[in-house]
Amino acid sequence: MATRTQSTRADHKWGMVIDLDRCTGCQACVIACQSENNIPLNDQAAFLDGRAIEWIRVERYWEGDYPDIKARFLPVLCQHCDNAPCESVCPVYATYHNNEGLNVQVYNRCVGTRFCGNNCPYHARLFNYWEPVWPEDFRNQLNPDVTVRTRGIMEKCTFCIQRIRRSTRGGKQVEDQAFNPACVQACPTDAMTFGDLNNPDSRVSHKWEDERAFRVLEALGTNPSVKYLKQVDAHA
Amino acid sequence: MYYRRTLTDAQINRELLDVVLRTPVWWVVIVSILGLIVAGAASAFGFMMNQGLGVTGLQQPIFWGFFITNFIFWVGISHAGVMISAILRLSQAEWRRPMVRAAETMTVFALMTSLLQPLIHAGRPWRIFYWVFPYDWARGIWPDVRSPLVWDPTAIITYLTSSSLFVYTALIPDLAIIRDRSTGWRRTVYGILALGWHGNPRQWKLQGIAGILLSALILPVFVSVHSIVSWDFGVSLVPSWHVTVFAPYFVIGAVHSGVSAVVTLMILMRKLYKLENFIWEEHIDAVARLLIVVATAWLFFFWLDLVFALWLKEEQEMTVWHLRLFEPPWSWLFLAFIVFSYIIPVPLWMFRRVRRSFTWMLWTSLMVNVGMFLERLIIIVPALMRKGPWVFTYDTYRPSAVEVTLIVGSIALVALLLMLFSKFFPLIPIWEEKEGQKLIDEVKVGDRVVPALVKEH
Repeated sequence: MATRTQSTRADHKWGMVIDLDRCTGCQACVIACQSENNIPLNDQAAFLDGRAIEWIRVERYWEGDYPDIKARFLPVLCQHCDNAPCESVCPVYATYHNNEGLNVQVYNRCVGTRFCGNNCPYHARLFNYWEPVWPEDFRNQLNPDVTVRTRGIMEKCTFCIQRIRRSTRGGKQVEDQAFNPACVQACPTDAMTFGDLNNPDSRVSHKWEDERAFRVLEALGTNPSVKYLKQVDAHA
Repeated sequence: MYYRRTLTDAQINRELLDVVLRTPVWWVVIVSILGLIVAGAASAFGFMMNQGLGVTGLQQPIFWGFFITNFIFWVGISHAGVMISAILRLSQAEWRRPMVRAAETMTVFALMTSLLQPLIHAGRPWRIFYWVFPYDWARGIWPDVRSPLVWDPTAIITYLTSSSLFVYTALIPDLAIIRDRSTGWRRTVYGILALGWHGNPRQWKLQGIAGILLSALILPVFVSVHSIVSWDFGVSLVPSWHVTVFAPYFVIGAVHSGVSAVVTLMILMRKLYKLENFIWEEHIDAVARLLIVVATAWLFFFWLDLVFALWLKEEQEMTVWHLRLFEPPWSWLFLAFIVFSYIIPVPLWMFRRVRRSFTWMLWTSLMVNVGMFLERLIIIVPALMRKGPWVFTYDTYRPSAVEVTLIVGSIALVALLLMLFSKFFPLIPIWEEKEGQKLIDEVKVGDRVVPALVKEH
């Protein structure tokens, strides 16, 4: 098993485990993320232009051959790699690794070279091609804890850092499962688990060691903080 | 000996300073047209800044398109400068004389234009100045030196500085000539620029030493600039970018496109500025021979790039190559690229008649640069289109009208800057030409005719 913790401070090491055997591809996580994180509405035109902004998206793939074929789903979000390819290519330190194992995007520093987006093998980084707009009656539902990003900068999943900050403010001890990112909270099948990997008793730490666990594109050596669980079905 | 025609000093002065000392109508017309195109491109840039990068054809996951292609292209063009002036000066190739200044000046302007490209391309260009220049000492927030995007400007600004010095050092004797032929405020300005040049032996010696020194010092830059630019791709994780052969491949490709651009420039200059007495078939012939070698070396590295991919059979990389080679429109662009940059021009250059024909050389050299632009596009975009298995939104990149306008604008900008330069400074170094003439002067000693000057090696 690859090293779990490379962060300098031992306080927290946030991580996530997604059980693909439980995922139904319902997209609840996508919608929850959308409303929690002030992501502009992705209309048809945004998708057709290839410019939809989704911090988490559900990728669908097929397993087996017709007629014995099954649709499988894989929610992809920023993997918060310990060895993140996006960080080393940013000329202005707009993205860096913080001491809680998070890959952090500093919107204010970002100049929009988009090199991080090119270098992310998970396609988790998104660029704001336009100034974000919401219909007038949507303006009051914006989350006051989350920055509205301007055009010309990169953004991506933060593991709902605003919730992490609120819960751990002032070095407050936080119980396992006391808070969750919006996607985890919204998941109806409890496929997603979030927590502190430095806490050996946390739910996520137990699942982290599950024998079904794997990381996406592990061969690249990015050492993600997200693991997926999947039963390998020989007859699928 | 290349110098078959004998020109008097007076004739050299008159013909080379023609455009500097008076303003022909055609010059005004061309400058106005180019100025209009550049103004058009500037407003396209303003529009893009006002609206956002949404007006480009970029989309997930193709974050880099025409602007970065254009950046690589112009850095490539700039490699002609050192190739022609530094290497040929150090190797004492006589045929370099009429083309050194044009090549070096084009280098400077191409580098300026290439530096504009990443700025245009950035999401918030105004922030680049804010964060990167100057360093934010007060808060200890530095640019990240691990990023190739910090190496890039470092390399290019080094090259720009040394090239500008190079152009200026070689310009001093000519500035003095113009100073002596002008009056009023022009005389003052040229006088200041000429740094009190009187052409005494000590000044000539210092100027010669400076030229040789700069030539030698610029050589490492010659190798490093495009190597560093290639590392923008080489150090990334993107399949088919992440290859070690990129540095030499990019450098030699840069020389290929740069020297071809010099050929184009020389032929256009000869026609426009009526330099028939200075740019001859022999010069173009010599560059074309150089190009055959450079182009073939470049093809070898291109071949290596392909072979390494085939050798590894790494799935993602094979997918990218499959896209490049077999899937339209990339397959068509690929065909155009390889045909334009090698298959048509190089066999043609084998023929002496082609090498000595200005028309043929103009079209083949232009063709090479169309091909080389496509090469960069084919390196950049297909790799991003297939960079990972997680792209479920397969789509291609279609440059928008704004991007095309800005590309055309960048070509017009370099041309415009060259035209403006030619108004104030001679495009062919007067003193180099005179020196060349001196080397072929002959004197009669008894009943023998011998060279007046023996060049020591």
